[in-house]
Formats: sequence, C-alpha cells, structure tokens
Amino acid sequence: MTVGSKGRTLILSGLGLNCEKETAYCCEKSGAKKVDIVHTLLFLNGQVKLKEYDFLIFIGGFLDGDYLGSAKVAVNRFKFARLEGESLKRQLSDFIAAEKLILGICNGFQFMVKLGLLPDESMAFQSQKASLTQNHNALFEDRWVQLKVNPKNSNIFTKGISQLELPVRHGEGKIVVTDPDFQKRILNDELIAMYYADEKGEQTAEYPHNPNGSWENAAALSNKRGNLFGLMPHPEAYNHYTNHPQWTRRENQGEDGDGLLIFKNAYRYLS
Amino acid sequence: MAGDDHEKQQETSLGELINRRIEIILKEGLDDPEGQKALRIFHQSGFAEISEIRSLQAYRLQSPLIESKEHLHSLAQDLFVDPVLNDCLAEGFFGDDRDFDWYVEITYKPGVTDNASRVARENLGLLMPDDFSARARVLAARGFFIKGAIDLQSITEATGKLLMNPLIQKGEIISKDRWPDERERLLSIPTPSGDERIEVKEMDCSGVDSIMKLSRERTLALSVSEAQTIHQWFADPQRRKRRKEKGLPENASDIELEALAQTWSEHCKHKIFNAEIHYIDENGKSSKITSLYKSLIQKATRDIQKTLGDRDWCLSVFKDNAGVIRFNEDYSVAFKVETHNSPSALDPYGGALTGIVGVNRDAFGTGMGAELVANTDVFCFGPPDYDQPLPERLFHPKRVFEGVRLGVEHGGNHSGVPTINGSVVFDECFLGKPLVFCGSLSVMPAQHRGQPGEDKLANPGDLAVMVGGRIGKDGIHGATFSSEELGESSPVSAVQIGDPITQKKMFDFLWEAKNQNLYSCITDNGAGGLSSSVGEMAEFTNGCKIDLGQAPLKYEGLQPWEILISEAQERMTVSVSPLKIAEFLALSRLMDVESTVVGEFTDTGLFECFFNGKLVASLEMDFLHDGLPRMRLEAEWKAPAEELDPPELPSKMGETLKSILGRPDICSKEKLIRQYDHEVKGGSVIKPLVGVKRDAPADAGVIRPVLDLMMGLAVSNGICPKYSQIDCYHMAACAIDEAIRNIISVGGSLDQIAGLDNFCWPDPVLSDKTPDGKYKLAQLVRACEAVYDYCVGFGVPLISGKDSMKNDSVLEGKKISILPTLLFSAVGVIKDVRNCVTSDFKAAGDLIYLVGETFDELGASEYYRQLGKSNGAVPKVNLTKAKARYRLMETAIQNKWIRSCHDCSDGGLAVALAESAFGGRLGVRLEIKPALDTSGLREDLFLFSESQSRFVISIAPKDREAFERHFKDDPIFLLGETDDSGQFKIQSGQIDLIDEKIQDLFDAWRSTLG
Repeated sequence: MTVGSKGRTLILSGLGLNCEKETAYCCEKSGAKKVDIVHTLLFLNGQVKLKEYDFLIFIGGFLDGDYLGSAKVAVNRFKFARLEGESLKRQLSDFIAAEKLILGICNGFQFMVKLGLLPDESMAFQSQKASLTQNHNALFEDRWVQLKVNPKNSNIFTKGISQLELPVRHGEGKIVVTDPDFQKRILNDELIAMYYADEKGEQTAEYPHNPNGSWENAAALSNKRGNLFGLMPHPEAYNHYTNHPQWTRRENQGEDGDGLLIFKNAYRYLS
Repeated sequence: MAGDDHEKQQETSLGELINRRIEIILKEGLDDPEGQKALRIFHQSGFAEISEIRSLQAYRLQSPLIESKEHLHSLAQDLFVDPVLNDCLAEGFFGDDRDFDWYVEITYKPGVTDNASRVARENLGLLMPDDFSARARVLAARGFFIKGAIDLQSITEATGKLLMNPLIQKGEIISKDRWPDERERLLSIPTPSGDERIEVKEMDCSGVDSIMKLSRERTLALSVSEAQTIHQWFADPQRRKRRKEKGLPENASDIELEALAQTWSEHCKHKIFNAEIHYIDENGKSSKITSLYKSLIQKATRDIQKTLGDRDWCLSVFKDNAGVIRFNEDYSVAFKVETHNSPSALDPYGGALTGIVGVNRDAFGTGMGAELVANTDVFCFGPPDYDQPLPERLFHPKRVFEGVRLGVEHGGNHSGVPTINGSVVFDECFLGKPLVFCGSLSVMPAQHRGQPGEDKLANPGDLAVMVGGRIGKDGIHGATFSSEELGESSPVSAVQIGDPITQKKMFDFLWEAKNQNLYSCITDNGAGGLSSSVGEMAEFTNGCKIDLGQAPLKYEGLQPWEILISEAQERMTVSVSPLKIAEFLALSRLMDVESTVVGEFTDTGLFECFFNGKLVASLEMDFLHDGLPRMRLEAEWKAPAEELDPPELPSKMGETLKSILGRPDICSKEKLIRQYDHEVKGGSVIKPLVGVKRDAPADAGVIRPVLDLMMGLAVSNGICPKYSQIDCYHMAACAIDEAIRNIISVGGSLDQIAGLDNFCWPDPVLSDKTPDGKYKLAQLVRACEAVYDYCVGFGVPLISGKDSMKNDSVLEGKKISILPTLLFSAVGVIKDVRNCVTSDFKAAGDLIYLVGETFDELGASEYYRQLGKSNGAVPKVNLTKAKARYRLMETAIQNKWIRSCHDCSDGGLAVALAESAFGGRLGVRLEIKPALDTSGLREDLFLFSESQSRFVISIAPKDREAFERHFKDDPIFLLGETDDSGQFKIQSGQIDLIDEKIQDLFDAWRSTLG
C-alpha cells in the first residue's frame, strides 16, 4: 500500500452538482480526516492540486443541466481545461497510479464513464467505449433498488458487502456497451461491480428492479485495480437507518444506513 | 468568461456568415426512448396512423470563428458526439438518406430563455477563443423523423398540441417530397426583435381617462381610483415645477408609470386583503372590516405570539421573502409557498418551472440567506378525462398536468432540492386557470456574524448589485398580468422559462459571499423585477438610484422601462458596501456568475432612475409604497341550506369503494411522485410513498434538514376547494385541520407547527364582469375568519402567505372562475425523527381503530361527487375536541403504541382503511356495527363521510389496554384487525358490506393515472 493514512478527501461541487453536503457528511461519519468541498471551476483553474488528497469524489447532480447528454459538457471542461502547470490528465493518472481512490456517484459516475476513467482508466481523456443513456422508459425516476454485489469483482468499496439497497434518482442510467470485444473484456475482467437485483437478490432485467434497462443489469463499474468505482445509485442518501423507505416496518436497527458501508470501506483502505 | 455573455448577441460584428448545422442522432440499433415517448403520445391522442418516430438533436450555428466544414466537423466530434451512442453530421442532413414521411423540428423562439442553446454555446466556447460567446449564435433544435400516412394539417395540429407550445416555440414541418427544397429552412437562426428606437416616453396623465387608456394598452391593471391618485399627484403645480427643474417631464415618464403600476399591483400590494370591506353577514348584520390581512391573518399570529410570551418561536413573520421560525439554538427555518397560476395557464411547463425556481429564490433570499432543504408542490387541474370542447387558448387538463409535472421535475430536480410532499386536486373550475402552488423550505444558521440570521439591513451608500441572469423582454408585466383575468389579450411576454442550473450556480456563489460577509442585504428579483427588488430594499435606507443603462441585457433593444420591470429569471439583488465591492465582484467572476452594480441605496426619500446619464424617474418613496388609495369593497354572505337527503343505499358497496378509489383526487399518484427527486440532500425520513411496496401515500413529508441532528421537519398541505361550494368558512377550517392532522399523523406536535396561507380566489370585486362579487368577497371574509379562529385555537401561527385574487378566464365569451381555494401548508418541528410513524399497516393481527367521531357530513364529499349529488352538509371542525385528540395522539405516538397512523380525509374512512391496507399489503377484517350505531349513520354514509379530525390507526394487541385507557375521554372505535387473507372485508352486524380482494381495490386505485 502506497497511500498515506490520512484519508484526505476532495469533493468537487458546483456547475449544477448538488449532493456535496450529504456526501461530505458520509465521509465525516466514516473516518475522513479532512473533507474539502471545492468548486469544480477552482479545480479546473489549477487552484487546487489533486496530489494533496487521497480520495476524490465526483458527486451527483445535473452537470450543466445534463444538456447534450449527462455530464457531457463537464467531460469536455476536463478534457480541454486550460490550466497552468501539470495537466489534469497527468494529475489523475498519478493519483490513480498511487492507488488512491476515486468514487463516482450518479452524475459523477456518468462523468467518469464518459471521460473514460471507467471501466478502464487507460482510456481516460482519449477514448470512450462505454456510455450511459436515457432510461428505457424515458422517465426520470426516484426509487429504491436492490443491488447484488458481483463477488468476482475486486473493488475496494464493496468489500464484504453482498447485497445492498439504495435509491436511484436518474433519467440517464442505462449503461451501454456495444463493442463486442470491449463487452468481453468487461465480463472477463469482472469489471461490473454491482447488478440490479430482484427482491430475492438475484440479478434481473425486469423493470422496475432494473430501473433503466442497463446492459448486463449493471448498476456499478470499477476499474481492474479496484480503486476506481462508480455507481448510479446513491449510497450517500442512505446515511441513517431512517432513510430506508421501510424503516418504520423494522425493529432494532443500528443507527448507520448501509450506504455508509461504501465510504467506510474507502477509509479502512486509506487508513 | 462564458456566463458573462449569456445569450448576448452582437449583430454588427457577425457580418455575412454561413449558416452552419450539426446533427446528432442515436446510432442504428440503439433504443430511442425520446422517439418512442413521442410515438406513445401520438398514439394516445388518436394518431394511430403514425408507425415510427426517430428523434434527432440539431444545432444551428453562426460564427466567424468557425472556419470551415472540417473545422465544424472536428468541433462536433470533440465536443458533441458520444462515440458509443451517436452518429453525427456537420453541415449535412440525416434526412437526405432516411425513409420518413414528415420531419418536424422544434426550437425556442428568439428571446425565450433557452438552456440547451446556452449550454451548447458554452460547450463550443471550451475549444474557442475567449470572445467566442459574443461572436456566435447557437440554436439548439429537437427533430423528429415521423413515418405514417398523415396529412399536413393533421401533423401541424398534432405538433402544436403534442410536441411544443406555439407561444414560445417554433416548429418546422417538412414532408419527404418537399425535403430537398425546404430543408434549408432548418438553418435559420431568428433574432430577438428588440426595439430600434430606445427612448423614455412621457405618459399622458392629464386625466383619469387617459391613464385608464394607458392602463389597458400597457397591461397596468390600474383601478379608476388609482388612476385618480396618479393624476392628482402629477397635476400638483409645485411638483410639476420641481420636476421641470430636474429635467423630468411634467407628466409621468413611462418608467414612473410602470414602476407605480407594478408596485401597486394586486400581486405586490394585496389590495383586496387590505381593503376596507363593508360586510353583511347571514343575519343581515352589517360591519366594517378595515383590512382582512391586519384584522384576521396578521392578528392571529400576533395573538399566538402574545400567548407564547417568552416561548415565542416565530422569528420573522410577514415581512421577508419567507417566514422564519426557530428550529433549535443553532438553526432557523424559513418557509414560503407561492402560486404561479397565470403563467402556468399560458405555458404549463415554463409557468411551473419558474414557479419552483422563483419560490426557491424567496426561501434562499430570506434573512441574510438560507440553504434550500425541501420543496412541496400542490396543483389544481381540470379533470384529466375532460371531453368537452375547450376555448382555443386553453390546453387540455392532461396537457397542463404533463407540462406542470415536467416543469417541476426540471425546476425541483435540477435545483438539487427534494420534493417531499404534494397534492393534486381536480375540478372543472380549474379548466380556465390551473393553480400551481410551489413551496420551499430553507435552513439558516441562527446567527450571522453575531446578529440574528433572519435580520438584514441595507445601508445608505451601499451599492445595489444585480446577480445572476440577464434581462430580456421575457417576463414583462407578470405582476400586473396576474392581477387580471386570463383573456385573449393576455401578454405572451409574461411567459418565461427558468434556468435552474444558472440559478444553482448563483446560489453557490451567494452562499460563499455570505460566508465571507460580502453583502449587507439580499432579496429576490421576482414580480416587478428591479423595480420591486431595489424598490423594496430601498425602504431600509429610504431611497435609491438605479442606472438602467448599467443593467446587463440578453440582447439590445429593451426600453428603459422594460429593463426596470422585466421579471427575467435567476436574478437576486444584494446591497454591497463600496469597501467590499471589488472582493464581491472578483468572487463572482471566479465562480462564473455575472454580477453588475446597477445603482446605489440612498436616504433621499426618492426612488430615482437614470438612463444614459439622465434622470428619467423620480418618485417619492412614500408615494411609491404607500400612496395607493385603499379599496372599498362590498361583501354580503348568504348562508347555504344544508339539505340532508341521502342517496339510495348502494347495492354493492365494494363497487362503490372501487369507483371512489379510482377518482382522480384519490387515486395513486405514484407515477408523478417518482419523477420528482424526493431524497436529495440525504435527510429523507418519511417519503411521499410508503409501505412494503413503497406505493402507499404518506400523510406528511419528514426530513432531517441538518444531518447531524435527529430533529426533523414535517411538511404537509391541506386543500379542499370543493367545500367552497357550500361554505368557505368550513372549507378553510377543513384545510387547516387537514394540514395539522397530517403533521400529527407522522409524529409531530402542536407544540410547534407553523402555517402558511395561500388564498386563490376568483375575482371578488363587484363589477359588470363579476355580478356576484359581493358573495365571492363574503366567501373570502368567511375563510379569513376561519383562519383566525382555527389558527389561534390550535396555536398554529401563520408565518407567511400569499394571495392570488383573479383566477378567472374569459375566453370566447365564456367565463370560468375557480372555486375559492385556500391552501394551508404546515411545517412542524419533530423532536426525534426516530419516533415517526407511517400510514401502512405493519403486521397481521394488529388492531385497527378509528379515532374520532363520524357525522353526516357528505356535502361535496367524493362519494356525493361520484353520484353527482350537490347537497349535503360540509364537514365542520370541532376545535376543542380536535385539539384534545391531537394531544392524545402525540403522546400515544411518542409512547410507541401506534404502529400505523393515517388521516381520514377525501373519501372518508373506507379510503383511509384501503390505503393503509395497500401500504402493508395486508388484509383487514372489520366489524363496524358498534361504531356505526354510535354515529347513528347509515353504512354508506359512515364509510364515506369526510368528517374531520379523524385517524385510522393500528396497534399491537399487547398495547390495547394502555392505548384504550389513554383515550378514555375521546371516542375511539375498535374496528377489527389486520390479517394475511388478502381480503378487504367489512361487516356490519356480521353482514358483509364489503368483501373485496385487496389487489382488486389496489388495481382500481392505480388505474386512473397509471
């Protein structure tokens, strides 16, 4: 392990992003030493350096209103940023090579995939072979889904978790991979981190369990190394047991919401 | 910087340019949900002949900086194309090689806020020199390739009705045959038509008639007595002399007249609520009311505050953009609900969208600024299945519904604010104007720099700074237009589209500016535009100067008066000390938000405007704000006859229940609710949908607004315009009781519930147009009396409110007026959210009780409306009993005896039972004989009566004794228990009244709105 023991966390905000507060709250609850919420434009101006952090989070929201497709303009902002000093591409590749962590949630996940960071970071800033598009029913929907963790995927964030319930809140959550070779690679390398599942916890294509018609029922992807992870559902929205839609039907619940497990795994790894 | 040039176009520098075009289409083989959705809409509207629709995204461009087709192609590839999803053409048409019958392309008309085009231009700017935005025009377009044998007239009609709103959008329709000749049309970028001559005009104020003529021509909504006041004011020889000396016209300038009209509008000044009313009650007794607002609404709060004494938790009421209450020592909560009815009638999408983003500015701009935590929305529409012809200018209620839904989806979701609660009401009276209520809650630190966070103060010498979007001709005359009925001549300029992303960026900046203490006062730019925002802040210092030439414009060609009163969205006004202005503007630039100094606050007692260095308006502050004459109005109440004439006893009560469950007001709204983000911000505790399958209705939304704390806020709404058909006093009482009951139902306490009143009325002023004005005003008097009686009685202070008094439409000679409507919104502080309860039955074997008495109160009930019956008694709230019961419920919930709690409202006991059963997916087995006998009612009346202050609750059998002892002084009725049978079985004296499968009832409840 090359990472320091600080868990210094950078959350990028602004430009239509909106989950910074609850994401920061989850980090603080899960062992972060320091959490900075930084406006994306300041980051793109080069005012904040990635190397001062161990954990980078791309949060949910509507980057530039998701016009031109979710997160598309933000991806361009990163690709064509005119900052002085070290390029963003370089900063990110050093960050990843140092086995530090990147998490993308919802809009942040769409961003990571479209920038090429997921599921194979070597493509970042250059090519893109996976994408996310409109839900098959063309509706934005807020609903809780059952998630099954792919036991063969080796990312850091879902360690020790086999099943998880989280809310999805998106209109463009359908993962699309059309290149057969790339499909094969994702499957062979087990880069799908979580599947949409039915009430029994079995992977399913059936709506609304799979809320968007995603390829292979994928809800989350990771890179091969396992330090980059992105998902459509919102773990930060399940930060307390009373977030669960059925909490009033359950007895003797621990205070934590299960979404915190994702964050705790991150800080356990970083500590 | 891209944002600096928001929609700014500099015609002169563009010269002769090539019209360019990028087309983006989904790759063959990929699903096209947008196209499929359009196809579904066509089919649902009877266009069965359409067989396929494929969607396309296009961008029309002009810029000297785009050098060639190749350059454009590479820009498109780099910036617009998703290589996995899209194919792209630069300067070509996919239509050239496609099989289709019709191509339809939709764009926003010039001057309308167009977010897709703005973002596309910013996106191109990423690979262009810094001045690109100023030297480029970009128009985003949505295209559809349509296959099907349909003629030009039908496709034109369908496009106008189903795919766009012709008021603000333009559609190009081209057939395959004409394609080669007509496709060039798809390249044009129309420009906004600004005025060529910019000038300040003198207005003829020589007589009342001339002012009234101006009022009609300019949508000023002035009354004769207001015109008289204005005439006299400008006729004063001393004043004329002074004005002449200052270089002002002796008569009013157009700027002054417009500023007066906006400030004096019903929308801004609430003239009817402040009028002197001569009221005759049902006994012919006559009395004088000096101001409904002061003598009843405001007084209710003052009286409660007096009673609370030291424990008063109202921090700021009726003065700021929103009311503020204490949450705990560290935080305060602001709450505001606004209506956006008139704009929503013209464009449901834009009207609702601007409703949400507008009320968010209110809640954000309260005190020194507050963070948004929740939205709540309530809509009133015409019946979704309405099948009679409608006047040309009106949309079908279904279309209104969909437009409003989408507007709130974009407004709420894109603002990152959860929509935690809402309600939809249907009635034919809302065909003319829908009601769109948008509410917003925010949280602020209790202290800001050692001062209460709800306080603010602009100082003389502070600069007036406009932050956010630019000014255009959109949103001219919103305040005055909404102060009139909707008619053929309603101004199209009142329609606007909002931009929640620009607004979010502005909020991010202002929050940072607040934390750095860079401004002294803040308010929203809403109705009346700069005229109102600067004008109202100027009351702190007693004066202001506005330089209209400094205000940033979307495009050239705005008259100075338009700059002053435009309600263009996404703008706030702040006052900034000259010492801090540099820092403020630098931070603004850094965060890509436009801020402009537009004036200065003074203590001259004058509201002054300058244009090109010349004084063009100078009005005394006290005349502007307090000069308008008080209205004198007549009201006369006629008490309704409440005939108790029951219908025939239905032979199949189960079928009756099913038909009531399927009524639009009662049926499942899941599809609508799911399209709103109801849990962003991470503090969701009770969502709008609850139960095993998360599809049963919750009574109130509950959130943890501060994630570190277990304290919560419960938010609910009470609304029942149908009872206005009988008596508005009880309509208002029922709305108040419903809102409070819902808060109690989830675990709130009468200790701290605050209310908001939103009155939406048909014009209640006696005139030729409104011969029944006296009665309608008496209805308002009655409703206000109920608000006073019940708010004081329950100890629920009103902290903010709003009224919209002209909800009539006169189109094609037909007048449609709404039923008088009070929306009562409530927010309750929850001490510990972990003790909250939901409406779903929890386990088989639990005991089900009805809490509260049932009376023969079926007037305007869902049951009677289903039968088309118009008589009966309206439900009446027994304040003493209700209050005692709510206190008992609070303790019972805190003691954790109550496992489920659902309020009985529309549809009565039977509907409440069914909904709780849906939530738990549990059967029920009930014997109602004892309860029925106590009520003395017939079975159907008992099951469907809408008597107020009642709950359906369930408890575990082990708690029976404690629970019953607790309620020994209040009527509760054990009805039976839950079971696993899957049946909904109600007996009376062991005779089956209803025996239906839960699933069948559920299907009936679900089918109406899908």
